Amino acid sequence: MTGTNGVHTDEAAIEQLADAAAQEDQGVQPDGSVTGYRAGRTLRLRVELVRQLRRRRVQLMLGFLVLLPWILWAAFEFGTDARDNRSGGFVDLATSSAPNFVVFVLFAVSSFLLPMIVALFFGDTIASEASWSSLKYLLAMPVPRHRLMRQKAIASGLLSFFAIALLPAVALLVGVIFYGAGEAVSPTGDAIPFSDSMMALLFTVLYLAVHLLWVAGLALFLTVSTDAPLGAVGGTVLVAILSSILDQITALEGLRNYLPTHYAFAWSDLISTDIDWSNMAAGAFSAVAYGAFFGLLAARRFRTKDITS
Amino acid sequence: MPRIPRLQPRWLAAGLVAVLAAAGGLVWLNSGDDPAEVKTRELTLAGAQGPGDAAPVRLDATLYLPEVTPAPAVIVAHGFGGSKQSVDGDARELAQRGFVALAYSARGFGRSEGQISLNSRQHEVADASKLVDWLGEQAEVTQDGDDDPKVGVTGGSYGGSLSLLLAGTDKRVDALAPSITYNDLSQALLPNSATTDDTVPGTPAANAYAADGVFKRSWAGIFFASGAGGGGLADPTVDAVEEGDEDDDIDVPAGNTGTGGTDSGGESGGTDSGTDNGAGSDTGSGTDSDTGGDTGSDSGAANSATAGAGAGQPGGGPSQPGQEAGNPCGKFRPEFCAAYAEVATTGRASQQTVDLLQSVSPMQVTKNITQPTMLVQGEQDTLFGLDQADANARQIAEAGGKVKVVWYTGGHDGGRPGPELRGQIADWFDFHLRGQGSDPGEGLSYAVQGALRVQGAPSVRTVSTGTYPGLNGADATERRSVPVFGPEQTIVNPPGGNPASISSLPGLGSIIGSSSRLVGRVSIDLPGQAAQFQSRPLQSQLLIAGASTVRLRVAAVPGAAPPATEGAVLFAKLYDVSADGTRILPGSAVSPFRIPALPADGSPVEVTVTLPGIVRPIETDRSIALVVSTTDQAYAPATQAAAYRVAVAEGAAVEAPVVSGTRTGNGLPSGPLIGIAIVLGLVVLAAIWGAFRRRRATDLDPGLVDVPLVIEGLSKRYPGGVTAVDDLSFRVEAGQVLGLLGPNGAGKTTSLRMLMGLIQPSGGTIRVFGHKIYSGAPVLSRIGSFVEGAGFLPHLSGQANLELYWAATGRPPDKAHVEEALEIAGLGKAVHRRVRTYSQGMRQRLAIAQAMLGLPDLLVLDEPTNGLDPPQIHQMRAVLRRYASTGRTVVVSSHLLAEVEQTCDHVVVMHQGRLVASGKVEEIVGGSGEATFRVDRPEDAAEVLRAVDGVEGVEVEGNQVHADLDGLPRAEALAKLVGAGVAVEQAGPRRRLEDAFLQLVGEETSR
Repeated sequence: MTGTNGVHTDEAAIEQLADAAAQEDQGVQPDGSVTGYRAGRTLRLRVELVRQLRRRRVQLMLGFLVLLPWILWAAFEFGTDARDNRSGGFVDLATSSAPNFVVFVLFAVSSFLLPMIVALFFGDTIASEASWSSLKYLLAMPVPRHRLMRQKAIASGLLSFFAIALLPAVALLVGVIFYGAGEAVSPTGDAIPFSDSMMALLFTVLYLAVHLLWVAGLALFLTVSTDAPLGAVGGTVLVAILSSILDQITALEGLRNYLPTHYAFAWSDLISTDIDWSNMAAGAFSAVAYGAFFGLLAARRFRTKDITS
Repeated sequence: MPRIPRLQPRWLAAGLVAVLAAAGGLVWLNSGDDPAEVKTRELTLAGAQGPGDAAPVRLDATLYLPEVTPAPAVIVAHGFGGSKQSVDGDARELAQRGFVALAYSARGFGRSEGQISLNSRQHEVADASKLVDWLGEQAEVTQDGDDDPKVGVTGGSYGGSLSLLLAGTDKRVDALAPSITYNDLSQALLPNSATTDDTVPGTPAANAYAADGVFKRSWAGIFFASGAGGGGLADPTVDAVEEGDEDDDIDVPAGNTGTGGTDSGGESGGTDSGTDNGAGSDTGSGTDSDTGGDTGSDSGAANSATAGAGAGQPGGGPSQPGQEAGNPCGKFRPEFCAAYAEVATTGRASQQTVDLLQSVSPMQVTKNITQPTMLVQGEQDTLFGLDQADANARQIAEAGGKVKVVWYTGGHDGGRPGPELRGQIADWFDFHLRGQGSDPGEGLSYAVQGALRVQGAPSVRTVSTGTYPGLNGADATERRSVPVFGPEQTIVNPPGGNPASISSLPGLGSIIGSSSRLVGRVSIDLPGQAAQFQSRPLQSQLLIAGASTVRLRVAAVPGAAPPATEGAVLFAKLYDVSADGTRILPGSAVSPFRIPALPADGSPVEVTVTLPGIVRPIETDRSIALVVSTTDQAYAPATQAAAYRVAVAEGAAVEAPVVSGTRTGNGLPSGPLIGIAIVLGLVVLAAIWGAFRRRRATDLDPGLVDVPLVIEGLSKRYPGGVTAVDDLSFRVEAGQVLGLLGPNGAGKTTSLRMLMGLIQPSGGTIRVFGHKIYSGAPVLSRIGSFVEGAGFLPHLSGQANLELYWAATGRPPDKAHVEEALEIAGLGKAVHRRVRTYSQGMRQRLAIAQAMLGLPDLLVLDEPTNGLDPPQIHQMRAVLRRYASTGRTVVVSSHLLAEVEQTCDHVVVMHQGRLVASGKVEEIVGGSGEATFRVDRPEDAAEVLRAVDGVEGVEVEGNQVHADLDGLPRAEALAKLVGAGVAVEQAGPRRRLEDAFLQLVGEETSR
């Protein structure tokens, strides 16, 4: 019996399966589940990370983050030499030392790229399963819904954090190679020793991770609300852009403090000899509050949602 | 469905709480509550009739009444060049805090009458006493006794000095809070910071205050001009930076922008004419006439060089005698005008002038002040430095008064007290006038400005001590010796003192407040005019709080000694130097000093110089540099060329004052952190609540533990009235292959989705092996499913997909039987290709294989043969039958009758969400014993069949004959027909449902 493309099932295979089925008596546990099943063991982090890391999209994103500092270095190297024209901004100080280069790279990506990365990891995670129709099979395993969302969120969080840490790490490497492990110099002339600047960069990464919680929360909410991954990612990025634009309107005055992106650059306070934590604390609070609000909303939505994909 | 409306309000409430918590937290962090309503009353009050006044001057005042009266009163005095308008905001704030605030224009300012006497006790101070009298008559003001109101007084700069003078002369004043003011006006305008003896008071910012000072000409000029009507620059109008300020918080408060002149019409015209008058006039002529301190009958003409805006008449005010247009004295009383002219033109002050300035200074009365005094002084103040407040505090404390000193980040160069500090001032009055609030205490608190931030204002922290060092028996200020090194250097004073070093830009702070923070970076020392002595890099941070001292050795260069009349004029300043040599001049401040008698033979004189009072953290690895220069732009220079040799005295060092205390503020901001804790707490609560909701008792029907599937009364209605499944009930026994038959849209898939817990039923229950199904029910692990299409990760191979699927279930790998399942799928080498390259049929087979992973007890397959070709369909049927034969159960849905007929032993027929029929396939499809024969002669055949025993219900339909054979095998009936000569074309079970069903399917598929 020959099928198309060599696709066929042997009689022997059927017998083999039947034999296995006949010999094996599936035990049952008191809660009705089959022996060996435990809700707490479903969709473990390692499995979810493997599922995600094998995606071309994730690989390309991480690859891009590794490449970006080199591209920026090349731009500085082959662009017009502006080293004598330091007017004091971080851009002009970018090539003065490795920490400064990292700070410049972070400035360049803080407003758009980092929110996009987080939106990609969080916004894609459940919506893409829905678009592949694999979500229903995960839920029918069954992976309890709250656990599915939690595991997905943790995996996305780990990937996001890895991406956020990867970029400055590579930028630091590029900076040390080409600009040397010098002092970090702020536009105001504060010079921070290299060792201190490493601490500042560590805190910067931590702050960025906390600050982007609002993006994570919103993307999570959108990813359980739609079956279109692009919609969830794009929607989140759109909100981030809108918030950034509104933040430019100084006439809004105090209202701007409520914009989720208002404290996006508060980490720059760390590049100072006397660190002022007030903006970062406010930014962290704002991000945690928004993240918690949207995260709870997402949990609520996903708990009762009819899966029709 | 009924669950959703029940849940929504609760979720809505939770969401609202979260939003409110977030918004509330942010609002709480960002603003206070709504201001209380304030009523104002415009008044014209009678002041004093001092010497030279024709009548009591009339003062323009505004009374600000709080919501609740009677209340203690606070007199709010304005700064030099201002008027009651310029303190409108402060007065209003005090009224909002519950005080009766009285703002008034001092004589000579705003719409008030009279001439400026620089707070002379017979004039301005007497005026203020009259205001206290008036307050003593008001019902809205709390009274201490007869004609003794409960009253405090506050004011900045000129108003601050009035506060001190009033409190020192009028005991009815109960508390005072002067800010950025002076103790000794002669030292403020003509400071001399050097003394030959080295005894220094124990207070942190004490200055030598030696006689014969150096004229602070730019500030004095600004002061004079604003008194003469030019206005605008003398007082800061922007708020100083405070803890937690952001860049956009610092802006000019509305209503306070114009200091002196906003309410005086025609001022700008006056300025123009005054400038015209002054042009080309002989400056020298003024000096002759002023020594006698005579009245200004001729000074109008003689002193026109100093004319600012002589014609600056208040728009609506009554015209004053002796104030015709062109009078360069403006509204100054003649003696002050003359004194200024003297100093401005010669750069030196006569004893008479010094006496005059001291007579109107608070130093005269500070010994009488026993009322609680809060002295607010600015760290960015080149006009009235920290030394002035230090002197006030020292004198008041010696007299037994209670003093609290606050050094804030502003000053005449840096901005007026910000909202936080103004609140502290109100707290002071709250406690000392009303006994409300906590005791603000005594001692010193000072603000430390941190490094400039990339965005926003610099960070600020506050250090507080309970006692002011060196006062009331407290230990003298701790001083840390910082040795500075450098050889003896020779510096030159250019003739005329020009060009000059630049340290500060007086008056600029009142225009662009925040820029003053940058001024410290633009100071310039001219080569050859400045000697520098630098310390080694510091090993730890040094927080200088107050005025450092240093002992210097100065000698004239023989042959280039300064004239004995002028003495040596030098300027000392202390830089904060970074490792790369960048210098910052803290506070933009310099300490001028004059050594009157410098021996011409070059023998040195040792003097102790008090450096400017500053608050500055010198960070580790930075160093300090002491610079002594011969010139400074802001001061009147020594006009004669001279040269000096300057060195630090043997073994001497910069003695930097250190005031340790508790650091408040600007640590980790507690507000947002508490907010974060609250939010996280809410999240944890929500998680606990969610877990609590999920916790449910096992809903098990013990009688059904061996029944794979029981569905009872299942229905699903969508909002909008669409009913997908309506009261569906059926039962599947173990070992059955059940077909769920119905046309597209019959509700088959919806039912199967509900079976898998993907869709919540609107009603009814599903039980699998006795366990009720809900989303995530553990019993789902006994079901293998394939519903409406395959779901694979397209970027992975078929094999990887199955392996990851099994890994995701978390069940033991040896239970998976991946190999067997892949054999069933029969994909061959294609299992190693990415799934996105698969055909529809291949995915379908892989999906069925996935459903079989772990050999589930119940296998649910939705349209499993869709997209398969006939041989594959055949194989699939064999697989399912064989699978069920092992005692497991298979549920298959299909819209094809033939499919069900050939695969299943039991069938459930659905149409439009309802159960149409259910039972064994033969019974439903074939009927029980009914048969159909297609014959050539139907009537004859019917006859033959009716004749057979037991055969009933014989019908003829076209060329078909139907009959109930009742146990008679079809073959025998066929033999009888053939025996009777009827030609039988076809014989088979009667398909009762087929026609109707095909009709249904036709209906649906043609949609």
